[in-house]
Amino acid sequence: MADFLNSLVGSIDPYMLQILVNVGIAIVLALGLNVITGLTGQLSLGHAAFMSIGAFTSAMVTIKTGLPFFANLAVTGVVTAIVAAMIGFPILRLTGDYLAICTLGFAEIVKVFFLNFEPTNKALGLTVPQAKTSIPMPIYVWVVAILAIILVTFVQNSRFGRALKAIREDEIAADAMGINTARYKIQAFALGSFLAGIGGGLYAHFLSYINPSDFGFLKSVDILAMVVLGGLGSVPGAVIGSSVLASAPEFLRFMSQYRMLVYGALLVFLMVFRPNGLLGGVNVTELLLRAVGRKPAGK
Amino acid sequence: MFLQQLVNGVALGSVYALIALGYTMVYGIITLINFAHGEIFMAGAFIGLLLVSAFKVNVFVAMAGAMVFCMLMGVIIELIAYRPLRKSSRLSALISAIGVSIFLSSLALMVFGADAKGFPDGAFPVRQIKVGTADISTLQILIIGVSAVLMMALEFIVQKTKIGKAMRATSEDYNTSALMGINVNRVISFTFALGSALAAAGGVLVGVLFNAVSFNMGLMAGLKAFAAAVLGGIGSIPGAMLGGLLLGVSEVFGVAIGYSSYRDAIAFTILVLVLLVKPTGLLGQKITKKV
Repeated sequence: MADFLNSLVGSIDPYMLQILVNVGIAIVLALGLNVITGLTGQLSLGHAAFMSIGAFTSAMVTIKTGLPFFANLAVTGVVTAIVAAMIGFPILRLTGDYLAICTLGFAEIVKVFFLNFEPTNKALGLTVPQAKTSIPMPIYVWVVAILAIILVTFVQNSRFGRALKAIREDEIAADAMGINTARYKIQAFALGSFLAGIGGGLYAHFLSYINPSDFGFLKSVDILAMVVLGGLGSVPGAVIGSSVLASAPEFLRFMSQYRMLVYGALLVFLMVFRPNGLLGGVNVTELLLRAVGRKPAGK
Repeated sequence: MFLQQLVNGVALGSVYALIALGYTMVYGIITLINFAHGEIFMAGAFIGLLLVSAFKVNVFVAMAGAMVFCMLMGVIIELIAYRPLRKSSRLSALISAIGVSIFLSSLALMVFGADAKGFPDGAFPVRQIKVGTADISTLQILIIGVSAVLMMALEFIVQKTKIGKAMRATSEDYNTSALMGINVNRVISFTFALGSALAAAGGVLVGVLFNAVSFNMGLMAGLKAFAAAVLGGIGSIPGAMLGGLLLGVSEVFGVAIGYSSYRDAIAFTILVLVLLVKPTGLLGQKITKKV
């Protein structure tokens, strides 16, 4: 099995493979933020902080223990979710832009913490040993990405997901309807951070080197841009948004020195012409049902 | 020691306050966090540097030139990147602002290179003045003085002039103001021009103070100034001044008592703590002061 997977991965052009892995990790991260910002409507500018907590936790677990990689990722996700819940408890009382700046501030604090944290080599960064698994990393990343897509789709259509959407649309009304908004918001925050942590763990083991400065404000913004570009609250949107933006810098590489210039202009351009994101307001299930000639339920 | 650090803190804080005013005014009118504001600050510093080193002009002339340039820049950015998005969701406008910010900082990287540039020697004659136990440089006096003058000018414009009245009305109610015959587009352009001019002045002052101008100086300064605006209560002009001073002073004191490696976290820790106690910022309730 492992041999077969290895040869499968070996047959793909390494450059393409790297782009594919970047996209896979971006999907996991974007889906996490999609739960927090897209589904629950809580603007977070600090998603990279949870990614960094995940990356460092996962790296330390690999260094200190002999856990197999899937158990490592599970531990990482749970640790990140617990940290997120502890932080979410006080700060999710804030709303709108005050919450946004608070998450941003928190992300900066986490970054500076890791920059001064002795066990993870401070600002020098950490070299991550190989993950304990016989499955090649790219396959691992994509399996996790597909599991994340299934998980978030399932959550979105569940009772829990509907409660989150109610909070997004009108928090006061949701509260009046008997939804425990504080609890749901913290749970959504923890779930989103769980995915961020796992994304961070994958990132750490794929790159095999992590530095606190990699998880700064711009990283958070990157992930947010993926979610908004795809269309808030849409799982296919998050997938498309992350595919476009995670591969854009690579496809723009031929104009190497103008790359970030074009990337910035591209963000503005996309927003001006498609302000609700590529799939914003598009109901994909409905489209699929139409395509096969069936009327969507309730119409 | 205490007095010395206090002066250092007030000098740094008044620059934060200058930048924060731009955030707070724009937010007050169109509820947009203008993430490109930090890059306007950076552009101001570069234009000032260019004027001083290439055209050998006085620092004050350079500052005026930078302010005029950045005013234009702010207006153009609003026109291209924000105006088409005024009716769409606030997050789209936010992403657009971030796009502008990435665009401008990479443009600066291409044009001016990656290394920090300093102002030429003697761009501003620095002398030390002894006040009690503290050594106060003329540079610090310049920074505090210029900031104070600019803030008073802003307060005058907002409170006493016709366009200031229009700004206050627009921030109170966008649609009604338009119905009352206020040219809302012009008011918004004016707000951007005003905020950008203040940021440019801040950029030149910081460039002279630290003697370093670089393409990525806008990011951290912008984030901290934004934190200052939120700390004071976003949308409130006195709040932005108070927040800026508070963050500047606490950062300098934090470094002075030995937390220099935590420098960038100090401002944000204070911000998070204050918001937990007072969720709309220090002067957040004063909606009548909102601009």
